[in-house]
Amino acid sequence: MAKQILRCTVNDEDVEVLVPPYQTLLDALREELGLTGPKEGCGTGDCGACSVHVDGKLVASCLMLALQARGRTVKTIEGLAKDDVLHPLQEAFVRLGVPQCGFCIPGVLMAAAALLADNPRPTESEIRYGIAGNLCRCTGYTKMLDAITEAAGTVAGGT
Amino acid sequence: MRRFDLALPTSVDDCLKAMAGHGPDVKLVAGGTDLLPQLKNSLLKPALVVDLSGVKELRAIERDAGGGLRIGAAVTARELEQDARVRAEYPAIAESAALVGSIQIRNLATLGGNLCNAAPSADMAPPLIALEAEAVIAGPKGRRRVPMATFFQGVRRTVLGPDELLLELIVPKPAPRSGGNYLRHTPRRELDIAVVGVASQLTLTDGVCAKARIALASVAPTPVRAIEAEHALEGQPLTSERIEAAATLAVSAASPISDQRGSAEYRRHLVRVLTRRTLTTARERAGA
Repeated sequence: MAKQILRCTVNDEDVEVLVPPYQTLLDALREELGLTGPKEGCGTGDCGACSVHVDGKLVASCLMLALQARGRTVKTIEGLAKDDVLHPLQEAFVRLGVPQCGFCIPGVLMAAAALLADNPRPTESEIRYGIAGNLCRCTGYTKMLDAITEAAGTVAGGT
Repeated sequence: MRRFDLALPTSVDDCLKAMAGHGPDVKLVAGGTDLLPQLKNSLLKPALVVDLSGVKELRAIERDAGGGLRIGAAVTARELEQDARVRAEYPAIAESAALVGSIQIRNLATLGGNLCNAAPSADMAPPLIALEAEAVIAGPKGRRRVPMATFFQGVRRTVLGPDELLLELIVPKPAPRSGGNYLRHTPRRELDIAVVGVASQLTLTDGVCAKARIALASVAPTPVRAIEAEHALEGQPLTSERIEAAATLAVSAASPISDQRGSAEYRRHLVRVLTRRTLTTARERAGA
């Protein structure tokens, strides 16, 4: 069970790190790379707090082995802002005061960013399903919906 | 997480070599969405895990020589949900894939994983049975093909031996004037498990039903065909009365248990309702 070398790109930087074969991507990001934005909520893929992008696709990083990310491109919440400019979704979340306890927010933002990358003008229903894999136990979904709607430049219910 | 060694093969042959001799001590990981929770809570304790994510052959959706589709075992639910050919020609497969987990899960979870875990509630099984798909299995003695209708042997048991690997599914070319549909009942659409799932597939010739296939999930230890209901439709005009009668007959194929998701009686009721609805949609899609 010797550690193996994981080479991949994380937040636009080439990364080379030794990881145990049984380590999840979430744990490698948090423990080996110090990226504590993605969170462990349930550890079984139900809550979405660990959501990151792998090759542009939204995944639950608690269900992926770190070595399955070899050669791939990973983006976490820490890579969502460009230099010091927040992503429009982050701007909208700040402006509307979306976070309550904040634990789910990195995952929600990554889900919303994946949604808008695929579908820049989502309907309200599409936004709701876009973040349906993310649980907020403060139940702050209404403001999330408003902020994602605003960031997308769409009117809730419109197309 | 329990400790294990991890093999990272890049070909089917390397994968089989890595598995050889380990018997039940080896597990395959594709999307990991079923395996990792079982490793985390020690339901499974493999010494070796073999990662399929680097085996390109398992990740393709390709046109078969016969005009059907070959779907690699490591194709994700999200890819199936979004693939233009699958959506156009096999809507029931796309519909079943779109119901798995959440987007975070569907981008990881694979068709092969859904089938090989062999949960009675596996959403992608009924459409493949109704479409008469075949599983292509690789092992140390070569490759073999198994109809999906006989792939499942029990709860979490399939025909796969410990040294075998599911390579791909071959879905036959749809007949002219055929249509299918998959529906399941869950209290919540996302991240839920079927109380009952039903897939129907119909082919019409000269206004009568030439072929009917109905497969049920979550009402028996394995997905099951509702053969009596199929027979009641074949050779008959597809009137709403016949569909209703077939839906009632489909209930006899179900042997459900009562659990926290629903009572056996409720499940039998859902079999009738969902069979009627899927047959009605399949009839529309077949161009009736």
